[in-house]
Amino acid sequence: MPPTLLGISRDELDLAALVRLVTESGDQAPGRDGAVVTFLGTVRGENLGRRVVQLEYQAYEPLAVRAFEIIGAEVSDIWPEARLGLHHRIGTLRPGEVSVAIAAASPHRAEAFEACRYAIERVKQIAPIWKREIFEGGEAWIEGATADPSDSAARQAAVERACR
Amino acid sequence: MQITIRLFARLRDIAGAADLVRDVPEDATVETAWQALAAEFPAMAPHRASLSAAVNAEYARFTRALADRDEVVFLPPVSGG
Repeated sequence: MPPTLLGISRDELDLAALVRLVTESGDQAPGRDGAVVTFLGTVRGENLGRRVVQLEYQAYEPLAVRAFEIIGAEVSDIWPEARLGLHHRIGTLRPGEVSVAIAAASPHRAEAFEACRYAIERVKQIAPIWKREIFEGGEAWIEGATADPSDSAARQAAVERACR
Repeated sequence: MQITIRLFARLRDIAGAADLVRDVPEDATVETAWQALAAEFPAMAPHRASLSAAVNAEYARFTRALADRDEVVFLPPVSGG
């Protein structure tokens, strides 16, 4: 697991360690946070009616970390008291394995929930990470959004998903 | 001048390589580099509309001017998570 709050890893992700990193980050007194909301993205064994054998993740690692920093800064803009930890795994993952772990800590739960949801929406929009799905009978690159952090409509959509 | 082009996902499959080192004109932009790449690998050309780009690990517009030894990356639509 990456030793930093934001990172890419080839190894299994450790949510408990990520939570420790987030709650112990910054200069806060112990007990400052009243809420830590976590999210795990896991490999689903079925997609579009196909039986998934494995997912092969690639990342442009330095830009992916940069994307996570951008997302962290956006979170701080919207929820000034919230802090974010975000680890994404790459390499070959099988159904049930964890591909992404997010922890959002805040003095109050509403901000932590919203920041966590916002973070995963933004990861899917802008992080330069790709997955090839190997399924029974074939394989395909999964393609989502065109990665553009300055796309304000996409950012607004992520805010709305986080806050509805 | 010389640039390194890094490829991921579908574009890497088309090129059969993760990294390419190419000479480009002194006044080259990201778009210039793309046009040369798409000429070399015509199967990439249809993907232009869905791509974004990065230079030296920062997001970049296709109008961005390049410098010698820049690392240029064309980003297919992303699918993290």
